[in-house]
Amino acid sequence: MELVRSHILICGGTGCTSSGSEVLHEEFDEKLAQYGLDKEVKVIKTGCFGLCALGPVVVVYPEGAFYSRVKKEDVEEIVTEHLLKGRIVKRLVYDETVHEDSIKSLNDVNFYKKQQRVALRNCGVINPENIEEYIAVDGYQALGKVLTEMTPAEVIETVKKSGLRGRGGAGFPTGTKWDFAAKSVNEQKYVCCNADEGDPGAFMDRSVLEGDPHSVLEAMAIAGYAIGANQGYIYIRAEYPIAVKRLQIAIDQAKEYGLLGKNIFDTGFDFDIEIRLGAGAFVCGEETALMTSIEGHRGEPRPRPPFPAVKGLWEKPSILNNVETYANIPVIFNKGADWFASIGTEKSKGTKVFALGGKINNTGLVEIPMGTTLREIVEEIGGGVPNGKKFKAAQTGGPSGGCIPASLIDTPIDYDSLISIGSMMGSGGLIVMDEDNCMVDIAKFFLEFTVDESCGKCTPCRIGTKRLLEMLDKITKGQGTLEDIDRMEALCYHIKNASLCGLGQTAPNPVLSTLRYFRDEYEAHVVEKRCPAGVCKALTSYVIDPEKCKGCSACSRKCPVGAISGEIKKPFVIDTTKCVKCGVCMETCKFGAVVKK
Amino acid sequence: MKSLAELQALKQKAIENVNLRKDREDGVRVVVGMATCGIAAGARPVMTSFLEEISKRNLNNVAVEQTGCIGLCRLEPIVEVYTPGQEKVTYVKMTPDKVARVVSDHIVNGQPVAEYTIGAAGM
Repeated sequence: MELVRSHILICGGTGCTSSGSEVLHEEFDEKLAQYGLDKEVKVIKTGCFGLCALGPVVVVYPEGAFYSRVKKEDVEEIVTEHLLKGRIVKRLVYDETVHEDSIKSLNDVNFYKKQQRVALRNCGVINPENIEEYIAVDGYQALGKVLTEMTPAEVIETVKKSGLRGRGGAGFPTGTKWDFAAKSVNEQKYVCCNADEGDPGAFMDRSVLEGDPHSVLEAMAIAGYAIGANQGYIYIRAEYPIAVKRLQIAIDQAKEYGLLGKNIFDTGFDFDIEIRLGAGAFVCGEETALMTSIEGHRGEPRPRPPFPAVKGLWEKPSILNNVETYANIPVIFNKGADWFASIGTEKSKGTKVFALGGKINNTGLVEIPMGTTLREIVEEIGGGVPNGKKFKAAQTGGPSGGCIPASLIDTPIDYDSLISIGSMMGSGGLIVMDEDNCMVDIAKFFLEFTVDESCGKCTPCRIGTKRLLEMLDKITKGQGTLEDIDRMEALCYHIKNASLCGLGQTAPNPVLSTLRYFRDEYEAHVVEKRCPAGVCKALTSYVIDPEKCKGCSACSRKCPVGAISGEIKKPFVIDTTKCVKCGVCMETCKFGAVVKK
Repeated sequence: MKSLAELQALKQKAIENVNLRKDREDGVRVVVGMATCGIAAGARPVMTSFLEEISKRNLNNVAVEQTGCIGLCRLEPIVEVYTPGQEKVTYVKMTPDKVARVVSDHIVNGQPVAEYTIGAAGM
């Protein structure tokens, strides 16, 4: 009999995998064998722990020691010290968990304290490639209960009662969506899962699929039972190789255990799931385009109505939910709709996962109850803005969303409050910006993205976003006029009102929201020909402060274009006609004499 | 999968594999001194005996952990048993033979085995 006394959990999410967690796995296996511990210590690959900034993450149980930034060379020390002699290697433990001579529970660390992991409940806890571990943490209980004890109408009623809204961004009530599809009469219906996560910097859905793929499969089967479908499709981008692989393993295992396939739980209910790979077009995250792509056509949206609940995939009634929405479903049945509805705010129930990025100390994945304020996310969970800089704004909702300025940092995060301040929940990207970010440049960045990703089917989006980008470009080059700002604003409303699908309808949001809160920055670019944050190259110039310059010549030796000249021990000068504004001189100067203007 | 009962049975079997990973605030901790002195005095067989005994009895809420040198090398192998809300009990000069009694008397029935404790060793 195997007598395992310790588990080593190695994060196998994409973040930690790219910082080298796979090598650690091999190294642990090797060292454990070398020290004769391989029988009593088990190494398990799990999903994302959320603290990607500190990856690769390794957690050792039963002590719960949270090792961060572990390198291959550190493995032997962990094995000989911690696993052989029982001395936790403090040097490698995440600083915040070290508490006098004991180790604090992870839940007491600032990063995790305010979080409530519902959709991510199993990420970083179980081995996603082993169905039995999912079963051990109540996996497939909800499906069993639904199939053997509930009618489809009761299932839909429970989801409605929970107050769950779509986590893909728009926030449509999930139960209502299922109800529409259930009421459409047809022999063939489909359940689809949107795993085409396209927002730049967002990785919530990927982490769920990598860390807990079975929860999505289970939820899709429940949805299938509720609406009367027996076939499911998961549309996932091919850029997520780890997620695709684990999903396929999960589907195969579920079939092997009879939790997918024919006659599940001996109830006569059949349900099967297939994976469809997307090529990464942003528009394929839009529901009609996604279904068109599953059918094998070019991913372009079509007008609604008819809505997919009436005529969706292959013109059959279909539902499409986001990965995170599905991940919430099994918990709702296991813990009850009332439990779920008790979390969050009046109109936004439950939790939301955010991919926290940008100018923030704890980059990573966080899950918070709805209604948590932006301040709590940025200052407490995120650990604040690095290098003592000031928080300027947060961007939510990616290319479809908007900015929340520092003055609104106490806004509770829920669907309706975000809309009321001109942003949106979106799928969960949350990018923090500090005083060094130029808001015009940010708007331009997102617009470049939508111009690239516009499918071209409708004119307002195809041409409108292009014209909008041209005007923004003019402004960042210091060639804009005040009329341009007004024209831009007018064009934004045309694009919003006339575009065919969500991509175009939301594409102007980054421009509109930055105009709303940072109009002064636009005006500085236009009127004063100045970029206040010093980002827009055309509007900034590097100069040497003669007071501070010691005449060491370090900058002139580094300058790639020979724009800096002067005599040793006398102040140097930058020739602005030659300068390419690369900033090397500023990094080189030890005396802070080079300044951006 | 043919029934909920079948799923339950599988869950019970599988739960042992993940039980170790719970954040434990309650539950008993058995801490074995495993520094060089402890290992040399035979702490490893003691620890494996604890693991065997605990899994034999299906005690889900007991964790076996290791620790470094406690400082009393001459009394190794030393094992400390922490029960929430009670003072810790320190067993000294442990052997695999003594383990079964510690588990049955102390961990299961809450009666520390006085004659194995540090007090009995004349400290």
